[in-house]
Amino acid sequence: MEKIPILKMGEFLLVTIQVDMHDRLAMALQDDLTRMISQTEARGVLIDISTLEIVDSFIGRMLSNIAGMSRILDAETVVVGMQPAVAITLVELGLSLPGVRTALNVDAGMDLLRHSVDGTSETYGHRLH
Amino acid sequence: MAIVSTETVPVRTEPDVVAVRRRVREVAAQLGLSLVDQTKVITAASELARNTIIYGGGGSMQVETLNGPRTGLRLTFEDKGPGIPDIELALRDGFTTGSGLGLGLGGSKRLVNEFEIFSRPGEGTRITITRWK
Repeated sequence: MEKIPILKMGEFLLVTIQVDMHDRLAMALQDDLTRMISQTEARGVLIDISTLEIVDSFIGRMLSNIAGMSRILDAETVVVGMQPAVAITLVELGLSLPGVRTALNVDAGMDLLRHSVDGTSETYGHRLH
Repeated sequence: MAIVSTETVPVRTEPDVVAVRRRVREVAAQLGLSLVDQTKVITAASELARNTIIYGGGGSMQVETLNGPRTGLRLTFEDKGPGIPDIELALRDGFTTGSGLGLGLGGSKRLVNEFEIFSRPGEGTRITITRWK
């Protein structure tokens, strides 16, 4: 079965969705990512959807699920690169992607992840002293 | 109003949803719909195709291109499934009998210019959506 590759970069996992996903592929990505977060103890997940031409309620739910599951596993999720037409459509569809952090591009997304991970370790550091 | 072309696409299995999206994108682009309008009608088609499979047990999508006085795209999703007993309830956001978000029907209605639903318990469901250029 085809799979969406997940890359590990330092303490982050990177996913670029470049195919029009059927529902089972989206579910497989959700499972794979959750497993990878726990295996690699990743602190952040960056999902690039810049080539996705639509996000319907199923894919939207998958993104929300990934964000929720990763949060429980102590990792932040940032979705980057959503096309403006996709954003307009999502809102009219009635989907606001609750709990999903977004950034305009990969650079901004990585910044956001680094910042939020640093922020957490700072808090942890304060607690130690 | 003239129907310029008609074709029927099967909507039976999960990969068919991807094929539906691809075909609707091609036709919408050919008609010269704006990118936002293309995205809206593809998303609506994706929701309705999934409903056809999950709730209708599979069916078909008819694609019609319309011309004069207005150019538009009309899609009809039809199944011979159990039908929808309470259409008003089914259109309400958040209502679902499945495991989804309950946005498919009401959401796709908001994404198109015209939305028609015909359903009778035991006979099936037919939903027609139109997006004008």
